[in-house]
Amino acid sequence: MSAIGENNRTILLKGGRVIDPASGFDAVADVKVQGGRILEVGTGLAGQADLVVDCREKIVAPGLIDIHVHLREPGGEEEETIATGSAAAAAGGFTSVACMPNTDPPLDNEAAIEFVLRQASRSGCCNVWPIGAITKGRQGSELAEIGQMVRAGAVAFSDDGMAVASPAVLMRAMQYVSMFDKVIIEHCEEPSLVKGAAMNGGVTATRLGLPGSPSIAEDLAVQRDVTLAEYTGCRFHVAHISTRQAAEVVRQAKRRGGRITAEVCPHHLLLTEEACATYDPTFKVAPPLRGARDVQGCLEAVVDGTIDCLATDHAPHAKEEKELEFLAAPPGMIGLETALGAFVKALIEPGHLDWPELIRRMTINPARVIGIDRGTLAAGGWADVVVIDPALRWTVDASTFQSRSRNCPYQGWQMQSRAILTICGGRIPHADASTGIEPDVAVCL
Amino acid sequence: MAIWTQKHLLDLERLSADEILTILDTAESFKEVSTRSIKKVPALRGRVVVNLFMEDSTRTRTSFTLAAQRLSADVLEFGASGSSVSKGESLRDTARNIEAMGVDIIVIRHGAAGAPHYLTQCVGCSIVNAGDGGHEHPTQGLLDIFTIREVKQRVEGLKVAIVGDIAHSRVARSNLWGLKKLGAEVIMVGPTTLVPRSFAQLGARVCHNLDEILPEVDVINMLRIQRERITSNVFPSVHEYTRMFGLTSERLARARPDVLVMHPGPINRGIELASEVADGPHSRILQQVSNGLAIRMAVLYLCSQATSGQPGPDSEETP
Repeated sequence: MSAIGENNRTILLKGGRVIDPASGFDAVADVKVQGGRILEVGTGLAGQADLVVDCREKIVAPGLIDIHVHLREPGGEEEETIATGSAAAAAGGFTSVACMPNTDPPLDNEAAIEFVLRQASRSGCCNVWPIGAITKGRQGSELAEIGQMVRAGAVAFSDDGMAVASPAVLMRAMQYVSMFDKVIIEHCEEPSLVKGAAMNGGVTATRLGLPGSPSIAEDLAVQRDVTLAEYTGCRFHVAHISTRQAAEVVRQAKRRGGRITAEVCPHHLLLTEEACATYDPTFKVAPPLRGARDVQGCLEAVVDGTIDCLATDHAPHAKEEKELEFLAAPPGMIGLETALGAFVKALIEPGHLDWPELIRRMTINPARVIGIDRGTLAAGGWADVVVIDPALRWTVDASTFQSRSRNCPYQGWQMQSRAILTICGGRIPHADASTGIEPDVAVCL
Repeated sequence: MAIWTQKHLLDLERLSADEILTILDTAESFKEVSTRSIKKVPALRGRVVVNLFMEDSTRTRTSFTLAAQRLSADVLEFGASGSSVSKGESLRDTARNIEAMGVDIIVIRHGAAGAPHYLTQCVGCSIVNAGDGGHEHPTQGLLDIFTIREVKQRVEGLKVAIVGDIAHSRVARSNLWGLKKLGAEVIMVGPTTLVPRSFAQLGARVCHNLDEILPEVDVINMLRIQRERITSNVFPSVHEYTRMFGLTSERLARARPDVLVMHPGPINRGIELASEVADGPHSRILQQVSNGLAIRMAVLYLCSQATSGQPGPDSEETP
């Protein structure tokens, strides 16, 4: 479904480097969009167009897809709404986001899923794909009405924010979810080992006198969940991997042929636990920022393909929630409007990935994890397209963000490359001023 | 000679050896004030010191109050209960409201590590850390070192054992930084569950056998053991803890004859420290308490000098 509806306008994106990892296409070409669909990709495309965009020196790719965001609606509207969160997504070059169910009340029933989809269709700047809770109230004991939620449009299931503590409950959930061929996404941290912790366990936590959780809390949970997934045959996706050993467990499972996928967030590639040394709660996140060895392990796992997807875990928090002692502040950082620049800094600038591989992990791979027909520029497919200026240098200033929250760990950082035009279902929810294109304000707040 | 430019006292980790020595030397000159018939100097006359204690404390709080009063400051007491904090006010708002009344120094005790550091970003006055969670308790560390120096006439080259719940101890961390900077060796002693290996990376020697290190140490600093830790399975029983890590006279007999026994208080008599040791000839526990007053006078004085931009402690207002 298209959250923001179709559009009959014809758009011609001329002369960009068109990268479509799903089809292996990577060449200078034109992309023509009509009626909310991709009409054609080729060279020297002519004919009538309502809007012609000069894309020379730019990258034209499928709209980016982030399968791990928190839009906070319902219940946390002072942190983010579906309107502001999807506007932030569009500004970051995303045309699809999958939102986690840890809202208040949680997305654990059909009506809640329908509510999210309705809000997205009213005010959404991109496609919003709701993820349903695994258990009622995210309490980890009784299965939520997963079948009803599938019917309403839930694309995946997760109790994100915490792992399902009981292996018995998770085993049943996996058995049940496999019936619908949906995926379980787990926040892999063993709950009994992270209780009360504020950061990664280790010498930095010891020095700061903050309670830490050891990285093995994640290793254990990933090991347990992979074992359960292989036993039940359920598709399983590890959210925000942050340790070397967790990545190794996924690597081994993939070698055995398991239906296991994994994602990593930019902060686990760019920041270490040392960022917590000033007690700034902006750097409090779950799983926590780890040591340099784990960061290196995650980078290696991206390079060798163990980690399929790049995601943000965009977790908005209001100013007053983060203006607290480190111990008292909630974990989480925003990421939608810095994701592209941050992943480029972590992966392209040091030469770990090239552009087609980066785009693959931000488009077709996540689309396949949650089973949506997006993430490619194939003719006849949805016109979800992003135009990226890979040379654009900019300085992160969270005060200018579309997101309602400002808990950005990259404030003041220099980044290179940014989405200058986002097309979603033929509509234009975001256009950089440099393009001279008026975005469709009607679709956004 | 005095080297002091710090507006705040947040922790000992960030101080230089010279800065620590400045505090110790200043405290030494203030110690004499307590022996006068009129136990007061005008050093902080007209200044306001607020004790913002968000965690229960008797001796530290009393010590800071008395220290400020002996310097002629006005002292305001502010606690978590019976205040706006119990109504859900944030630390930031509480501190900003207090500051708006025109205070010069906030002395803060808080259960969260880093709370004093955070306060320096919320308010403009001086912040003195009176204990932040499991992080640091710099004035306790300073008074311990002051006492060691007073008794041993030196700090450099000494071996100091700190025994007990090192993992959760702010006293242990402040002692570690202060003692190391002044050239002492620090040995952290306790069960493996209470002495994390990571302390070795911070420059301490880690040991899990008290009897083994007793003969070689110059100072034994016994920490209070909290019964609550049993529920989190860090040791199975108080009895077992005492058998392995309690300082009894039999154990003490294996130590050097001039060994110095300290404890930050309050003591669990018969648990980490036997009564006859606590009250015995090696113990300097009460001397620690009186030295604490001098240390806190020195800290309040030095921080207020940095705030006001007035001349250092060698000025005419020094005692």
